[in-house]
Amino acid sequence: MIYLDNSATTKPYKEVLDTFVTVSEKYFANPSSLHSKGGEAEKLLGQARKSIAQLLEVAPTEVVFTSGGTEGNNIAIKGIAFQHQNRGKHLITSSVEHASSHESFQYLESQGFEVTYLPVNHDGLISLEDLERSIRPDTILVSLLHVNNETGTIQPIQEIGKVLKEHPKIFFHVDNVQGVGKVDLPLKEWGIDLCTISAHKIHGLKGNGILFVKNGVSISSLFTGGEQELKKRAGTENVAGIVAMAKALRLILQEMKEKKENLSEIKQFILEELRTIDGIDINTSVEYSAPHIINFSVKGIKPEVLIHSLDKRDVYVSTRSACSSKQGGASRILLEMGLGENRASTAIRLSTSYGNTLKEAELSLKILKEELINIKKVMR
Amino acid sequence: MIYDHLVVRYGELSLKGKNRRHFETQLFETVKRKMRPFQDLNMAKHFDRIVIELNGQPYEPIVKSLQDIFGIHSISLAVRSENDLEAIQKAALIALNEAMEGKKTFKVTGKRSLKSFPVNSMQLNQEVGGYLLRNTEGFTVDVHNPDVNVKVEVKDTGTYISSKSFEGAGGLPIGVGGKAMLMLSGGIDSPVAGYLTMKRGVRIEGVHFHSPPFTSERAKQKVVDLTQELTRYSGGKIKLHVVPFTKIQQTIKDKIPSSYSMTIMRRVMLRITERLAENNNAMAIANGENLGQVASQTMHSMYAINEVTNMPILRPVITMDKLEIMNISHRIGTYDISIRPYEDCCTIFLPSAPKTKPKREKAIRFEKNIENLEELIEEAVNDVETLILEEGKSTDETFDDLL
Repeated sequence: MIYLDNSATTKPYKEVLDTFVTVSEKYFANPSSLHSKGGEAEKLLGQARKSIAQLLEVAPTEVVFTSGGTEGNNIAIKGIAFQHQNRGKHLITSSVEHASSHESFQYLESQGFEVTYLPVNHDGLISLEDLERSIRPDTILVSLLHVNNETGTIQPIQEIGKVLKEHPKIFFHVDNVQGVGKVDLPLKEWGIDLCTISAHKIHGLKGNGILFVKNGVSISSLFTGGEQELKKRAGTENVAGIVAMAKALRLILQEMKEKKENLSEIKQFILEELRTIDGIDINTSVEYSAPHIINFSVKGIKPEVLIHSLDKRDVYVSTRSACSSKQGGASRILLEMGLGENRASTAIRLSTSYGNTLKEAELSLKILKEELINIKKVMR
Repeated sequence: MIYDHLVVRYGELSLKGKNRRHFETQLFETVKRKMRPFQDLNMAKHFDRIVIELNGQPYEPIVKSLQDIFGIHSISLAVRSENDLEAIQKAALIALNEAMEGKKTFKVTGKRSLKSFPVNSMQLNQEVGGYLLRNTEGFTVDVHNPDVNVKVEVKDTGTYISSKSFEGAGGLPIGVGGKAMLMLSGGIDSPVAGYLTMKRGVRIEGVHFHSPPFTSERAKQKVVDLTQELTRYSGGKIKLHVVPFTKIQQTIKDKIPSSYSMTIMRRVMLRITERLAENNNAMAIANGENLGQVASQTMHSMYAINEVTNMPILRPVITMDKLEIMNISHRIGTYDISIRPYEDCCTIFLPSAPKTKPKREKAIRFEKNIENLEELIEEAVNDVETLILEEGKSTDETFDDLL
């Protein structure tokens, strides 16, 4: 099996699964229970929070556990909007956000908020001038994706943070679901107030995530009914999943330190190979993208057909964001980048992680080339 | 990042005459220990400073860590240049540009402790200041209230130029002021009292009264976590003595009128703490008592309680407002632990109407109701559980595999 769909989800680390099983067996009590079993579970939860805080270089009180990226983005965006609407009802985001952010903003528009969707250039980047121009006295939130899930484009978060430093009343939310473990994002240094992370993109388990909420930033909670998670997110904590996530985060940050070069090497190889194939356009910005995502379009071939034919040969890739892949049609993100309807509706995404090897890349490119020939034979 | 050095300046040490060498050595040891997690640092102790070579490492976490150490007055980012006027000028220009973001005025403070250097301090100010003015735009000199002070210090080891400084924690190096036993309840005040005690160079050991099953493991864990947090400022380790207190609590409940139970309880706690102080070579007791905050903390109450010991009792937060104490507690990282909502021995046995003006004579008389008090104290002291908490180490390794 060659798995190249790591941006959709990653395979859990063996150690992560072991942790999950052990914690589920031994520390199954409700951490809010007063008895000693509850105390143990609470202590373990606290240790996991501390460990995550250390890894992210933030305070434990700034770590809120969620059910994943979608929830994190929803809590951050709606939570800020509703909590601070008295100060203003203008929000800024980009036109290339993940659906969970994009649709949160659309919902807020229906609730009387005004949203500026910053356009992007061919590389998928917003412009700082556009951002500065959009800021108004009633702006309360800027929310942006760090690494785009379809194209891998990295937004200039550090520079954006600097711009926003001049506007201390605006909260800055970064969706780092695709970036964590692959591209650095120093939360404190870059002036970030909220940041979304998901466990299953870093070889943890589905159903767990982290929302960093800087101390002093108040948000209205979407879920109420308990005092868990500093009253920002009620609900009994998924202790086993959270502890497993702490382990996944530690392991992937370790891998990033040791193996980031490997990812870039594999990406370079794939890009070079793709360039030699007729009818392929590369959609990923070579200069401004993360080391693990490659997006390209194949002229005249429905992406689904290609995916299934690779699937038959045990190579797994995807069209774009898994969350919207079943909708068919053109990619909103690629359209926004001005790549045109044809390219936007024939896109394929390869996404790697630290388990992938150069050998796998070589083999999958060979298979890709063969399958393209096969498909073309049939389609003509 | 152009800064390659940190210059760590001492606080009150310069006043300490003959003890100075001892103080400096203590401080240097603490700095060395604190810097252990960072690799590739070179450290050197000089007469009035410690110089840390960064060797390319980011300075922020190192500065942050240094700001926890008592006895440090300030930490400056510095560039080192050769003792050569032209080199000094160039380095000063870089340092100034780095520090001037959004600022307008500067001054140069030259200091030539290497007397063989041909340019004296006054000339240094002029030569460097003039050079900076000629080579920058939009900056002006303000010798009284500058936004940025470019310090140029010519030493025999080279010239250090710094323009960005961070405040240190102040106080005296830990370990130069003897040892005190800190009574830790788990509330907000006592950890702050511990912090402030350490600020004057005093080592502390914690004493906590634990009354299972009336008080839970979580209440004890809270105190362990508080102590763990305080190790950041302690120069490494802190011992925590957990005193089994259930039997005494029950005896007090049985034999003492409830309006005096708290007064007697505090008298017994003091006696036990004094015994622990003697056993551990401490010469004082520290606690988080404050005037007028709760019933045990009126002057009458202190008068009735304090009688049982001759040991000095340090009460660093005695005159502070609750808000002041809370501010410190936030700053030193203990607040969030302190507010965990578990019962401790001061809340669980609190009578409904404690005397705010207890009489010493009455306290003595009631106390006699407990004939075997000495025995009970002896037993509690003997059964103390002593934990050693170490900076940077998790208090519970059983979870390490899972994380």
